[in-house]
Formats: sequence, C-alpha cells, structure tokens
Amino acid sequence: MDGQIAVGLRGVTKRFGEDVIAVNEMDLEIRDGEFFSLLGPSGCGKTTTLRIIAGLEFPTNGSVQIYGEEMGLRPPNKRPVNTVFQSYALFPHMNVEENVSFGLRMQNVDDVEVRRRTGKAIDLVRLSGMEKRRPNALSGGQQQRVALARALVNQPKVLLLDEPLGALDLKLRQTMQLELKDIQNEVGISFVYVTHDQEEALTMSDRIGVMNEGELVQVGRSEDIYESPVNLFVAGFVGDMVFLPGEIAESGTVRLAGGETVQAKTNSAPGTKVTLAVRPEKLHLYGDRSEAPSGRNAVAGTVTRRIFYGEALYYEIDIGASGAFDVRVENVPSAKRWDVGDDVIVDFHLEAATAIAE
Amino acid sequence: MTMLDEGPDSPSEAANPELERRAQRRESWRGFFHAVPAYAYLVAFFVLPLIIVFVFSFASRGRTGRPILENWNVDGWTRLTDPLVSTIVGRSLFVAVLNTVLCLIIGYAFAYWIATRPKQSTRTLLLILVLIPFWSNFLVRTYAWRILLDSDGYITQIGEFTGLWGRMLFTLPAVFLGLLYGYLPFMVLPLYAAIERIDWSLVEAGRDLYASGTRAFLKITLPLSRPGIIAGSILVFIPSLGAYVTPDILGGAKTTLLGNFIVIQFGAARNWPFGSALSGAILIVMVLATILYFRSGARTV
Repeated sequence: MDGQIAVGLRGVTKRFGEDVIAVNEMDLEIRDGEFFSLLGPSGCGKTTTLRIIAGLEFPTNGSVQIYGEEMGLRPPNKRPVNTVFQSYALFPHMNVEENVSFGLRMQNVDDVEVRRRTGKAIDLVRLSGMEKRRPNALSGGQQQRVALARALVNQPKVLLLDEPLGALDLKLRQTMQLELKDIQNEVGISFVYVTHDQEEALTMSDRIGVMNEGELVQVGRSEDIYESPVNLFVAGFVGDMVFLPGEIAESGTVRLAGGETVQAKTNSAPGTKVTLAVRPEKLHLYGDRSEAPSGRNAVAGTVTRRIFYGEALYYEIDIGASGAFDVRVENVPSAKRWDVGDDVIVDFHLEAATAIAE
Repeated sequence: MTMLDEGPDSPSEAANPELERRAQRRESWRGFFHAVPAYAYLVAFFVLPLIIVFVFSFASRGRTGRPILENWNVDGWTRLTDPLVSTIVGRSLFVAVLNTVLCLIIGYAFAYWIATRPKQSTRTLLLILVLIPFWSNFLVRTYAWRILLDSDGYITQIGEFTGLWGRMLFTLPAVFLGLLYGYLPFMVLPLYAAIERIDWSLVEAGRDLYASGTRAFLKITLPLSRPGIIAGSILVFIPSLGAYVTPDILGGAKTTLLGNFIVIQFGAARNWPFGSALSGAILIVMVLATILYFRSGARTV
C-alpha cells in the first residue's frame, strides 16, 4: 500500500454510443482513508465515475487502479470495493440478516465467521433486533443502514456511496451525515461519496471533486472549493454567490458595469472581462460611508427587498447599472434592521471578492 | 439516535375507525354493483354448466347409453379407481409435467432474452411475434403440424436426411412437440412480465457483493421472477393436463390422454355419468393444487 493512493483514475473516458461522453479524460487520485466526495449536478458523470470504479461500467479509455492494482476488465465481484446504491437495492426476498450476509456467503466464508461478522455489522449500524425483517418492513433510514451494513460487512478497501441520503428527509439526512462520518472514522477506509448536494459534500468530505459535463473541474478541500472556486460553475454550484459583471481596470481592481471600482482577488490582466463573485455572508451593511471601516470595498445602493429566514435576514441591495447584491445578515441582537427604500453602503473585505475571467 | 424504535412508514392512524369502516363497506358495495354483469355471465355460462356436469355424474345410463336423470348412483365415481383410469391419469400427468418443465426452460430463456433487449421497440416487436400464432385457429395450426410431421413433411425429411429421427406423427414426441408449441406463449408472457419488472440494480448489487454472474442469477433474478414462474406454470400445466386436440390430431389413437378419454365417454362410449365424474374429479384436484401452489408461492414472494 505504498503511496497511499486508494483509487487512481488515469485518463478515464466513458462514452455511451457515438456522441455521449459521460466522463472525459478524468485524472483523479483518492487517498487512503479519506472521505472523498464527487459533487456535481445530475448528469455530470459522477455516478458513471463511481460505477467505473465499482466495475459496473468499463471505461472506454484510461485505467482504474485500486491500491496500485490495475483493474482492467475485472468484474465487480472480483474488486475489493463495495457500493451503497442510490435506492439501496436491498434484496426484497431476503431479510435484513440475509441481505447483510449476502456478500460473505458469496465469498464462501464459513458459517461461524459469517454469523459473527454479520452480527457485528448490524450492530455497527444499530439495527440489532431487526435481523428477521424484510426490507419493505423498514423505514427509509433503516433501509439505508442495511445497505451500509451490507457493504461494510465485507471489509472493502474502498466504500463507494451513490447519493445514499438522497431519499431521506432533511432531518434524517443531517443525522445520517454525521453518522456516516463517524462510521467512516471508525472503519478507517476510504469513502467515495457521490452527491449533488453541495452542503452535504462540504460538511462531510475531507476533499471534494467538483464535476460538470463529464469533466473534473476542481479538486480540493471543502474550504478551498468554497473560498477559491476556479471558475464560475464551481462558484455558482457550491454555496450562494453574488455575481456582478465587470472588467479588470488595473491589477487587482475591477470596474463594475455601473462604473464603481472594487478590489478583488484576481490574476487576470487589465481589460479582461470578468465576473465579480462574492459570498452574501461576507457583505456588511452600513447607513453611511463614514460608519464603514476604511481600507475596504464600499458600494452605495438601496434596499429593494428584505427576506426573513429566521436565523438570518437577506437583503437585496440595488446598485443601479451594476446589478444587485444579496446580503446575508445574521439575526443577532446587535444587527441593525434595514427597511426597503433605505440607502445603504455595502461593505466587504478586499479578500472577500474574487474576479473570475469568463 | 432515536431511530431505533422507529417503525416502518405506516399510514397515520385513522382519525375515526368507525367512519373509516363504513366508508370501506360502501366502497365494496359499489364494487359489487359494477361487477354484477360479470357475475351474471359467470353464473349462467360457468357455474350452471358445472352444476349440470356434477348432477350428470350421479345419473344412470339408459339401454342406448342415454343419461337418465333417475336411479341416482355413484357408479361413475367408483369407476375412477379402475386401473385403466390410473394409467391414463399417470400418462397425462407425465405429459403435463414434462411439457410444463420444457416450456419453463425454453420460455424462461426466451422471456429473459426479450426482457433484456435495451430498446422498448425491440421488446414490443418480439412480444408481438410471440402472439402472432394466436391470430389463426389452434386447430388449423395443429393440422399444420400434422403436415410437417407426416412422411413427406419438412421435419420428417430433415430428420431422415440427417438420420436423427424418422416420421414422428402419431407418436408421443409429436404430442410433446405440439403441446410445447401450443402452450409456450402462455409461459413466455407472464415470465416476461415478471422479469421485465425486476430492478436490475439488485442484480448489480449482487455482482458488487461478490456473486458471479451465475450465482447472481440463481440468488436474485430467479427468485424475483417467481411470480411469473408460478403463473406461467399454472397456465401451461392445467391445459396440458386436459389437452384434447393435440394428442388427438398429432398422437393418433395410440396415446390416450385424459382429455381424449373424457371425450370418448361422451362420444363413442356413451357413458355420460363416467365422463362427468372424470371431469369433476380433475376439476377438484386442479383447484386444490392451484390453491396449494399459490399459498406456497404467496409466502415466499
């Protein structure tokens, strides 16, 4: 296990028929023991990538290695990985115990060992007492746990999860997110987690790979993806973002469509058309320029909308020809409330905004 | 975690059980009225004739063999113990079971192949091909087989050319060929319906869990197609057991099966009470067997 690369994809391309390219020239290294998420909108190729690792699809081009071993055309039953399927794919004609022990039985593990490991796996996902139930007599959350136990019982080197929480309601999803993370820490193997839910990816992952239209757009830690998106797609897909069109006036300065200039992180040359991207929670509102701290960006505007979210308020600030800012203000006692029609100054740190070339 | 004691997603408890029950009763009454024409039809053309058959099985025979509705007796039923009857029942069972097994093996392979065609249009076309024989009369089709299997028929010629078989007409193999041909669609259609409904991600899950292709088929695909296997087997077994036209036309007089035996009772032998008792006995056995079969299936599907 030198190098500690759990899954290595090199130049992996998957075509369906002549014109459909599901995955294009993908290079990716997933490390030993990490929680890695493939994040992207539906149809971006993330599930296909997972299926290629599992051996349920074979790449048109490129190679897949698992702990340095070339997988080639090896069928799924000969690969040291297991999958938690999107709709769980529990066997309806078997009870919980039979479902969980299926993989061990197929590997002809002896009876005593099967029972020991099955019991342990069912304990791990806290389903003891439900061994004899059929999947259709279980709730969504319980089915999800059976699917997890059924995969983990085989002690795979890598666990693949295809939107495993997609079918659960919000509360249960949040609990399961934490629990999945705990289980991953406990078993210590790499998880490759496919999701279209950016929040899920951010909260659970050690690293995220953002995919779009078959391409791996950006790979990095959650914070890197959130704070420094490489392009407009990543910026818009991960988290809320305010986008304003503009162009680079001089190094590090962006002139917005309405003529205001603000400073932003950029590596584009002057004259380049860019989009200024800034997170709503990094914006602050002041009644007057004199109140705003100096040495930061400040743009004047008018409140045109106010939305109360409970834990925060969203204000829409019209800044004329340049567009509008969405500003998120935490609902804390010290926060000043603004009304529609108020003139305000939108203030943000020089590092808070990124100018992304188009 | 509080989910341990959480039950399956059950419908919320009824607000008022009494109201709910009344609504259900009303619903079932409405259903009954909708079904009245069907019930009337079944009573007139199915239940009444069956009763007549049962009544006749206790009648006596006149001197010319005409059934007489007096001197009620159970001679028809006691004759069922005749060794000739058990020979014929045994032969018919053998034919029906073997035909069902052959239909199941061939039909499963074919239904599986149709159900796994990627394009819906291909599947529809193949199913239509399965149904095409029904567009012409069964009797006509059986006579067509007779031509094929006769001395100068193509099948006989091929057999003689290759030296593998001779003239099959009026032999048991000819009867099997005819039955297999006649009842295969009844096996293919329910099997197709069952196999097509299988969620293939279950098979993928099996493969992912270290099952080889063969074991995934045996442990997952096959048990999940069980409803189709049961339905198809019943649809083939029952008419095979009572088959009359095929053994008569393709088997000649040499192989008497239950169906032919009953026809003889109502025709040449002019023994209506015995024929009725035979029919009644088969019906009772079939109904009991079907109920048992469904019970055993219902528990595991």
